[in-house]
Amino acid sequence: MTTFFPDRPIPQVDAVVIGASAGGLQALTVLVEGLSSRFRLPLLVVQHIPPHGSSCLVSVFQNKTKLRVKEVDEKELVSPGTLYFAAPDYHLLVEEDYCLSLSQCEAVNFSRPSIDVLFESAVDAWGERLVGILLTGASEDGAAGLEKVHWAGGLTIVQEPTEAQVATMPRAALQRFTPDFILPLREIHRLLCELECRNA
Amino acid sequence: MSASSWQGVDIEIKLLVEAIYLRYSYDFRNYSLASLKRRVLLAQRQLECASISEIQHRVLYDPEVFMELLQYLTIPVSEMFRDPVYYLALREKVMPVLRTYPSLKIWVAGCSTGEEVYSIAILLHEEGLLDRSIIYATDINPHSLKQAQRGIFSLDNVPQYTRNYQLAGGRQSFADYYTAAYESVILDKSLKERVTFADHSLATDSVFSETHFISCRNVLIYFNKDLQNRTFGLFHESLCHRGFLGLGSKETIEFSSYASYFEYFSKEERVFRKL
Ligand SMILES: C[S@@+](CC[C@H](N)C(=O)[O-])C[C@H]1O[C@@H](n2cnc3c(N)ncnc32)[C@H](O)[C@@H]1O
Repeated sequence: MTTFFPDRPIPQVDAVVIGASAGGLQALTVLVEGLSSRFRLPLLVVQHIPPHGSSCLVSVFQNKTKLRVKEVDEKELVSPGTLYFAAPDYHLLVEEDYCLSLSQCEAVNFSRPSIDVLFESAVDAWGERLVGILLTGASEDGAAGLEKVHWAGGLTIVQEPTEAQVATMPRAALQRFTPDFILPLREIHRLLCELECRNA
Repeated sequence: MSASSWQGVDIEIKLLVEAIYLRYSYDFRNYSLASLKRRVLLAQRQLECASISEIQHRVLYDPEVFMELLQYLTIPVSEMFRDPVYYLALREKVMPVLRTYPSLKIWVAGCSTGEEVYSIAILLHEEGLLDRSIIYATDINPHSLKQAQRGIFSLDNVPQYTRNYQLAGGRQSFADYYTAAYESVILDKSLKERVTFADHSLATDSVFSETHFISCRNVLIYFNKDLQNRTFGLFHESLCHRGFLGLGSKETIEFSSYASYFEYFSKEERVFRKL
């Protein structure tokens, strides 16, 4: 099997943060479908969603993956093998002790939850042992946050814009910096599996 | 930016918070660091300080700068009948029990600019309970308390409040409760007749009264576990036997050290009852 890291060791990471907006549901499906129940890395997702009412993300994804899927509870400790979704109308932040906290501060990039808020706090918690993935969306949210992951030495992945349902979000990131990988969804899925093997 | 320079920022924030505590006795030492950090960095930009240490210096020697900083640290955002289902649960499930008491004491902790207090006052009024109630509305931000006391809100928010009020099972027209004046609405004075606004910190102060119902929404999310436990301790001490505690839509007592002293009363709406 080809490796994504032919000339360097596969990075050791502790968590994966993912940002998605318009078109995100389908994109996320490709990413997480088929991840085995042995997948240990926690996945924290901000998918832009309307503020009111309850989110259906958990019930949708419960049927698509063998991972544990849940909406974040305030101050819960990040645990392995879990796919977390940010709650509607609250920012999601990672604390230095890997607890998850919520906030109703003003929207960032017109979004609450905001991808930048998650990514920036995740960098503070995990530093270089972090993977940031930015997917399809009609927003510029996440570009600054992913750049921060990059400068902290984390691994950054942007969805191939030509494949994205809406290319604005991936493009916004690419305008700021060059990520480690620009990949179509299937490949991002493969990369996650490879990282997992290394970290297992 | 490298991970090591971030540790520098964390240290500066810890020092700032310590300085504030020593100088002004406001205790932010047990707030969740990640959101505190965002607030401090925002304040740094707005106050045009080159570093957090510069904020610290200015705050130490100028109480007005501290007041300005406090506006960032306290996150004074609120809405009338925010999460209408919460207020609907209060109306349909909690009020019928409160009705059985001859007199009522209610505590709105972290009341901010008053939207939550007035929403509860309207509920009590419509249930015929306001006359026999005393409402304590407390916060640590004096600006917010002053605004709460005035009871004047922006006209822009009224359509949203009206919708919320209706979804919360409002029995009248929301317009009955205010008079419009230019860009503002003035809430009916009778709503605050039974309210005492007071400075009180959940981080440093103690219980001041026995209460039947405490509403504390979107305050605990900014606290770390230790401070959450302290706060639940205060609530447990203040509430009468079988008293009610209402929290924000993402907050719970379930994972705290007081979990076994409370039961869910209305789970989805985050209303708890003291055992
Ligand atoms: C986001 S507002 C919530 C307002 C209102 N309860 C609501 O849900 O609409 C948070 C409030 O908590 C207050 N607060 C923060 N720390 C506090 C403390 N230690 N004691 C009391 N209030 C506090 C802040 O000043 C602010 O007004």
